[in-house]
Amino acid sequence: MAIISRGFGGRRRESVPGLPPGQYLTHDFPVLSAGPTPRIPLDRWSFTVTTESGEKTSWTWPEFTALPYEDFSTDIHCVTKWSKLGTTWRGVSLDTLLADVETAADYTMVHSFGGYTTNVPLEDLLDGKAWIAYKFDGEDLEPEHGGPARMLVPHLYFWKSAKWVNGLQMMQEDEPGFWEAAGYHMYGDPWLEQRYQGD
Amino acid sequence: MMKLDGNAMAGDLREIFAFDVTAAQYTCAGCGHAEAIGALMLWGQEMGRVARCPHCDDVVLSLVHAPGRVFLDVRGAVRLELPLAGS
Repeated sequence: MAIISRGFGGRRRESVPGLPPGQYLTHDFPVLSAGPTPRIPLDRWSFTVTTESGEKTSWTWPEFTALPYEDFSTDIHCVTKWSKLGTTWRGVSLDTLLADVETAADYTMVHSFGGYTTNVPLEDLLDGKAWIAYKFDGEDLEPEHGGPARMLVPHLYFWKSAKWVNGLQMMQEDEPGFWEAAGYHMYGDPWLEQRYQGD
Repeated sequence: MMKLDGNAMAGDLREIFAFDVTAAQYTCAGCGHAEAIGALMLWGQEMGRVARCPHCDDVVLSLVHAPGRVFLDVRGAVRLELPLAGS
């Protein structure tokens, strides 16, 4: 008689393809915030890429929304264990934003209005893996979900997809952002359950 | 989202300090404001507790529970003033 328990989650995982280990499906869109929700008027919005040598490239909202965009569908996985499959977004690929940026850096720090930061290796932002998204489900992105625009790096846990994004700093060395400094994993691969430091 | 203050961290902090630390005074690294930890504004309940200074909104304390361990980040406080038992 088999008495080895596979624990909660094992069965769910088998029955729902696309669900990383330890995650459960939700059809809501939970809102997690570590601080007040910033309200950013579009005429004060900008996104700035800063290289390791200090060179800056910036886009205003009209410039940003005039860039070629992509409509895409992706699964998102929050470290608090909810996953939402097949979410639909419109955004500008980081490949487009970084096309003319010259850098030898391997790491980036994503910056947001309100002071939030999160670190992501540069290669995880390239080759169609990341966007600055400004529409969700066909509608303008609500402030609670990161509007006017948020980072979207859906192959990593969702805390890496910074809300209210306003900048990207190239870094030679990896440095922890907000949650990473507080104890979360530096990389955050949901398929490897890299939730906390040391996982 | 229901707003809580630093007193809601009493249980978490008692795990670490073994006494009620919510009456201790913090001094904010961002603005220098000093007040009881119980007066901090609490955010981010799901991923961890993020306690912000009510004066400048900077993060003073964060506390993240992982299985079998807890991370307490106090970089936002330049000083904690803790009352001694019996005094």
